[in-house]
Amino acid sequence: MKRLRLEAPQLIMISYLVILAVSLKYIGIPYMDMINDSLIKWVMNGVLVLSLVPMINVGAGRNFGLPIGISAGLLGMCIVLEFRLEGWLGFGVSILIGSIIAILFGYIYSIVLNRLKGNEEIVGTFAGFSFIPIMNLFWSLAPFKNRQMLYPVGGQGLRPKINLDGYFGGILDNFLKINIGSLTIPLGLIMFFFILCFMVYLFQRTRMGIAMACIPENEAFAKLSGINIDRYRRIAIIFSNILAAIGIIVYSQSYGFIHLYDGPFMMAFPAVSAILIGGATKNKATVFNVMLGTYLYQTTFLLSVPVANALLIPEMSEIIRMIMTNGIILYAFLYEGVRKRNEKV
Amino acid sequence: MKRYNEYYVPIFFLILSILGIVAARVGFNFILAELYARFVRNGIFLLALIFPIMAGMGINFSITIGAIAAQISMLIVMDIGFVPSLGFIIAILLSVTLSIIFGNIIGNLLNRAKGKEMIASMVIGFLGTSLYQIVFMVAYGTVIKPFNKDILLTRGIGVKSMLDIGEYKDLFSNLLPIRIGDAEGSLVPIIIIIIVGIIVHLITKSKIGYRMNSVGENMYLAEKVGIHVDNTRKIAIIMSTILASLAQIMFIQNLGILNVYTGHLNLDIFASAALLAGGATFKKANIKNAFIGIFLFHTLFIVSPLAGQNIFKNPALGEYFRSCIAYGTIVFALMINLKIKTE
Repeated sequence: MKRLRLEAPQLIMISYLVILAVSLKYIGIPYMDMINDSLIKWVMNGVLVLSLVPMINVGAGRNFGLPIGISAGLLGMCIVLEFRLEGWLGFGVSILIGSIIAILFGYIYSIVLNRLKGNEEIVGTFAGFSFIPIMNLFWSLAPFKNRQMLYPVGGQGLRPKINLDGYFGGILDNFLKINIGSLTIPLGLIMFFFILCFMVYLFQRTRMGIAMACIPENEAFAKLSGINIDRYRRIAIIFSNILAAIGIIVYSQSYGFIHLYDGPFMMAFPAVSAILIGGATKNKATVFNVMLGTYLYQTTFLLSVPVANALLIPEMSEIIRMIMTNGIILYAFLYEGVRKRNEKV
Repeated sequence: MKRYNEYYVPIFFLILSILGIVAARVGFNFILAELYARFVRNGIFLLALIFPIMAGMGINFSITIGAIAAQISMLIVMDIGFVPSLGFIIAILLSVTLSIIFGNIIGNLLNRAKGKEMIASMVIGFLGTSLYQIVFMVAYGTVIKPFNKDILLTRGIGVKSMLDIGEYKDLFSNLLPIRIGDAEGSLVPIIIIIIVGIIVHLITKSKIGYRMNSVGENMYLAEKVGIHVDNTRKIAIIMSTILASLAQIMFIQNLGILNVYTGHLNLDIFASAALLAGGATFKKANIKNAFIGIFLFHTLFIVSPLAGQNIFKNPALGEYFRSCIAYGTIVFALMINLKIKTE
């Protein structure tokens, strides 16, 4: 049975959430609006967080190289916009193209990570950071022709924020929307998320998934039992990248824009933080961790915006968000260090 | 062939720089003038990275915390309002004190995260930036009452994002004036950097330097020999933080403007990329690498936007190219160094 680990970060997070929820009452913002928004925010970021799961389970660390998978998804969406595919066709084709590109990127990324076992996190961080300028070069030189995507002046290079209105902006958000009183449930969006989560869950139950889970437990043993470690790691990394590509497509359709250039620069850290809040450890993450962590993380920061505005210091919510994000990641590193030392003794 | 191994990366950067200079079509004097400014501003940052590398902790990305210490002390000096010459000395003393405190904290944290120092120091840098922002953006004016109301934003909460410290900029201007390229400058900052470089070199050859080296070679053996590993690592981080804060004071003094919220960002990336361009690895770095690296890397940095402008008619491309070079150098170094370690 999954037991919810309650440690310092989770406790701080939950008490912060409670304080915010109480103070909302005094500001006079209806709770229903916040719940509606929180459901959309949950799924919007949830798929990106879900993409970390396969890599953690294969022992390849938390994927700080998320921008690589994200770039694949962005590229898929840009190609769809170039051919002016609208609605469900556009959404489906962009997932398809994004996944194909993610397989390619993931394969290259896995070659790098397989050479450097044990240092995936620092390598991934810099691989992600260095991939963004390469993609920036591509965005400004690529021969796209659709005027809605290009800079208004000059006609060369994609604009930093491409509007998705008229293509597939909000297509999942508005699919099967149910209104109960003032509560609005985006059932289509949540179902899409659950299907993806269920796929990851089933994948963990397959023969391959179980074999992957035993690699971080004892690598030497896994090798002796005839598991091709490099191959399994490659599959997990590619799977992570595909999920990241789908994640950014879901994110963009909720956001209404495709955010190119430096948009994905800092997306890995909030995702890693969210999965840690959900209780994932270094080598084990479940779908349940993803759902819980994303909901807590995103709701907390959704609530902090109106509270900070009421205090007349709007920057505060963003700064506290950064402190929480990085503090939780740092706590995980320090805590793991201590536990490893205890095991050695 | 093997003994030239360490020069491959510098030679690669030299070739790139020469190609960049040809493509940018700029005068030699212009490059020299820019190099003078960049040498003065960034020189000590590279020296700050040497000690943690010797102690086997990889690159210390939390030199941003040292830079933050310098910015805090500069802000306090501005706030109280000393005359420049006295204020400069007080700022240096204050920033050294602050960086000893911060360095101690970072050293303790990194000792708990052995084997993951690089990513942990990076996260510490981000976290420190946010804490610094909350102090100066939110607490200043609400909790802390400044002496000098001019440094606050008009709403009364938070420090302005840019402060002019023009009087500090003229501090060295009349001492030992020289002309380098198009720039009129003073020799004093260069002398300071060279003195700091010699001090760093002497420390690496001293007893504490040898201890750091042996901790970097093999932590367990060093502990057996009787070296206090945790303390040695902490000292390396503290010295690195102090040097970083001195470097940031030189930076601010030379620039004449204190960018309160953005002045310290990305310093770590560029400093480490420059050091690696000079032929350093994660195991071995000395002041020679630092001084070679700063010239090669920053030459490339100066010419690449101009080259982008000339070749593609788009200066943004050169900008992307140079950030690609900065991050790419670190990825390349990671791949080379960690691969050797696993073998």
